[in-house]
Amino acid sequence: MNSEVVFQMQGITRTYEMGDVQVHALRGINLKLYAGQFAVILGMSGSGKSTLLNILGGLDLPSSGKVYYKDLELSHASEKELTSYRRYHVGFVFQFYNLIPSLTALENVSVVTEIAAHPMQASEALELVGLSDRMNHFPAQLSGGQQQRVAIARAIAKNPAVLLCDEPTGALDIQTGITVLETLDVVSRELGTTTAVITHNASIADMAHRVIYLNDGQISKIQQNKIRKSPNELSW
Amino acid sequence: MNTLDRKVFRELWLIRGQVLAIAIVIAAGLSTVIMSYSTLESLQQTRERYYQEYGFADLFSSLKRAPLTLVQRITQIPGIADAEPRVLAPVRINLKNYHDPIQGQLVSIDKHNPDAMNKVYIREGRMPVKSQQIEVLISEAFAQPHQLHPGDTLQIIVNGRKQQLHIVGIALSPEFIYQIAPGTIIPDFSRYGIIWMEREALETAYDMQGAFNDLSIKLTLDADDKLIIEKLDDLLKPYGGLGVYDRNLQVSHHFLSEEFKQLDEMGSTFSFIFLGVSIFLLNMVVGRIIASQREIIASLKAFGFSNMAIAFHYSKLIILIVCIGIVLGVSAGLILGNNLAHLYMEYYRFPYLDYQLQVKVILYSTSTTLVAALLGTWFSIRKAVQLQPAEAMRPEVPQRYNVTFIERLGIKKYLAQPSRMVLRHFERHPVKALLSVFGTAFACGIMIVGTFFIDAMDYMVNTEFNLSQREDLTVTLINPTSYRALYELNNIPGVLRAEAYRTASVKMHAGSHSHRTAIQGFSSNNVLHRLLDTQNTAISIPDTGILLTEFLAQKLGVKIGDSISVEFLEGKRLTRQVHVAGVINQYIGLSGYMNIDALNDLMQEGRVISGAYLAIEEGAEYTAQSILKNLPQIAGVEEQKSMVESFYATVGDFMLTYIAFVSGLSIAIAFGVIYNNARITLAERSRELASLRVLGFTQAEVAYILLGELGLITFLSIPLGMLIGYWLSYGFIIGLQQDLFRIPFIIEPPTYAYAILVVICSALISGLIVRRKLNQLDLVSVLKIKE
Ligand SMILES: Nc1ncnc2c1ncn2[C@@H]1O[C@H](COP(=O)(O)OP(=O)(O)OP(=O)(O)O)[C@@H](O)[C@H]1O
Ligand SMILES: [Mg+2]
Repeated sequence: MNSEVVFQMQGITRTYEMGDVQVHALRGINLKLYAGQFAVILGMSGSGKSTLLNILGGLDLPSSGKVYYKDLELSHASEKELTSYRRYHVGFVFQFYNLIPSLTALENVSVVTEIAAHPMQASEALELVGLSDRMNHFPAQLSGGQQQRVAIARAIAKNPAVLLCDEPTGALDIQTGITVLETLDVVSRELGTTTAVITHNASIADMAHRVIYLNDGQISKIQQNKIRKSPNELSW
Repeated sequence: MNTLDRKVFRELWLIRGQVLAIAIVIAAGLSTVIMSYSTLESLQQTRERYYQEYGFADLFSSLKRAPLTLVQRITQIPGIADAEPRVLAPVRINLKNYHDPIQGQLVSIDKHNPDAMNKVYIREGRMPVKSQQIEVLISEAFAQPHQLHPGDTLQIIVNGRKQQLHIVGIALSPEFIYQIAPGTIIPDFSRYGIIWMEREALETAYDMQGAFNDLSIKLTLDADDKLIIEKLDDLLKPYGGLGVYDRNLQVSHHFLSEEFKQLDEMGSTFSFIFLGVSIFLLNMVVGRIIASQREIIASLKAFGFSNMAIAFHYSKLIILIVCIGIVLGVSAGLILGNNLAHLYMEYYRFPYLDYQLQVKVILYSTSTTLVAALLGTWFSIRKAVQLQPAEAMRPEVPQRYNVTFIERLGIKKYLAQPSRMVLRHFERHPVKALLSVFGTAFACGIMIVGTFFIDAMDYMVNTEFNLSQREDLTVTLINPTSYRALYELNNIPGVLRAEAYRTASVKMHAGSHSHRTAIQGFSSNNVLHRLLDTQNTAISIPDTGILLTEFLAQKLGVKIGDSISVEFLEGKRLTRQVHVAGVINQYIGLSGYMNIDALNDLMQEGRVISGAYLAIEEGAEYTAQSILKNLPQIAGVEEQKSMVESFYATVGDFMLTYIAFVSGLSIAIAFGVIYNNARITLAERSRELASLRVLGFTQAEVAYILLGELGLITFLSIPLGMLIGYWLSYGFIIGLQQDLFRIPFIIEPPTYAYAILVVICSALISGLIVRRKLNQLDLVSVLKIKE
């Protein structure tokens, strides 16, 4: 690998204080993610995947350790730096979609494109996830999978340098799941986006450059794929 | 409009019922402020302009008699710009077809002096000129009830002589904006009138040729009025000067100022309450919106919206609601203000009304509302801003419920599952539940403040006029005379009982405080006219010392045992020391009371009386009155019944109009708070309740959980609400204390009952609405998306 390092994590821990109980969500993570690469994070429920992704996305701060996005040290960035990092560099897909119920699909995407630097059209993003005929529906009028696709459209619409997805296909059937993954793949290829995708589904790992296995807050294994499968070759 | 703004509008539309309820409460507060203060400002400006244009004097004094040549010496005092001597004469007025006694005041006008002070404004007719007949102007307030017009005549008795007067005009004067007979505190337009007569004619009628008995002074701008008053007092003393006083003690000006103070007080109290409630409501609604949008806020942050942007987004919600309230409130306030000001014009005789749009009032009140609303909801907004974006990634942690305290008491077995859910929810969110209880209680309290006035007024009138002053007629003699007069009065057919009294106008001094008032002296044996304590039992007047009205004692800063110095403004004009023998509770007026003999001794006068209180046999009123009317020594006869009537017709009417308005608003507020509370509870729990429906609970069972909570809140709020109402009313009464009257702190049980009824009805109606919404819940869509 000779491409540029986009993310670098050194000795990252994250501990949640729950009264007198301490939950160690992450216990010493060292990890590098490279420009243009597609990484998949695999692990059991509760292994710390979302926590890791949150720290990468500037949503959460580690309890100890350092994390860099290029030259920016996220672990010591100011509120203002984090905000503009999220605004101009990161596209995020939440595990629970988090659409705004009072806005239509199109508007849910527009919210983000309105503040981004070089966004695509909101409708274009929806078209990419196959929802051009549902643009004016409210979240309550969409199925779970459709809501998830709106969430993905919202993340890719700003043409982000980094795309972080927390189980983007969790609620989708095979066919739609593949469509969504293809979209992510296309976007990351075309834009050279650095992508990290969390999943429970081990077969998705086959389309990644690298697969990071998390277990109880620690990286148990990192696997490099010599050949990447295309999404429609995956077996679910 | 950007997408987030669209979100604001959609969400507002979704809760439009609540938005409207809050906007109405805001509008209620604002319209009260705008109504009160634009009326106040307009009346103050009108008064100022009127005083300017018609030369209202700065200092006033009445005296026995002084030669006109004295005026020259007066004007030489530095600081005095002008001095105008006049002749004033108390008269009795007889009108055809009107049998009640009428008191009048003759005032001389000097046609030859264009710079005269206290000039008259001619509403109708013309100025009097010299002719065979005596031409006069009469005051509009008096002319109206009797339908007198130029061309009519009236008869007066001045100095015991009858005279026929010809009305040539109807007039107003800055001196008599509030037209009230001397010594009384309630205006009675049909039984007291002002008559302006040409100076020469009046001099002749009142035997005052070349003399004057009333002085008006205009000061220069830089004058030191205290010093001038002292000098003038010295100068006028030999001529029977009754003490020079400034505008603050001029009857009309004083009453008007008191009324303005009261308007100010009512405006500020009610607007404060309304504003407080609307901010409370806003906070409740916005707080709940923000709480339900945790994930949305966090994801907006994850997308790179700054804290400022988030704060601004939710502030817009508040600003919009407040703006709706402002639009409603300002328009209602302007309309109501105009009406209120015109209502005032019936009691206050201004020639015109400068009702102006008070831009300052509007700007000030609306911006205060907005700022207060934003400050009041700052806590909720800050909570939104402080949310960590990582929160967006997690579903809300299931809330930890406990077995409730009540259940632990062991009555668990009596509670069905739904009841337990109500209680657990209550214990789980104690702050939220307390706020709801408090909000509802406040609504109940406001109802009480809004309506207890009527009780208080009735109580005041009843104690003052039915228990304390039980006479039918009060007769005032022209000069203090011996007790023989009392026996004569007693012998008038129809008079059952006559009780003597002595009054003396005085200036009381204690330390740096002083107050101009009157001392009334009567006997402890009085049955008709008595003093009462707070329990309404008669107080006997001590043989020595003085009793002071509580509010007067406060004003003078004295207590029982202290000594005050009393400067008599009549008779030998002595200044004497008297000890305060007691403080009494009185709702109307501010006076001192002494034993009649002690008072006469103090004044070093023999056993004299100023008048008498009479009880008249039923059916004999008319005969007694007509005999009294023709007795020459009598200056005036006042009828108790008509005092009560005119109290209700003027002061009472006025307060009650205002209060009716306020209690109407209180209902709106009570409903607003309770309805909002119900809607918020519904919104917060619809997901949970929908799940229960899915699990097989019936509509009724689910409704029970929701309505049970509302019922519990309402139930708990009632005693608290009564307490809040009690304290709010108390504070309000303290603020409204004034010389004219003090409203007693009386809240009758029906007032509480009425407030409780409104609260319960509001709760029932809100409950029904919520229940209907609950039945219409679309189970699938509620469960499908996370809120
Ligand atoms: N805010 C929090 N407070 C306390 N504990 C937390 C919090 N967030 C996460 N945890 C704990 O940290 C651990 C890791 O959580 P995380 O959400 O990262 O898991 P995950 O790998 O994403 O699981 P899943 O696949 O179920 O989403 C879990 O044990 C979780 O209970
Ligand atoms: Mg997760």
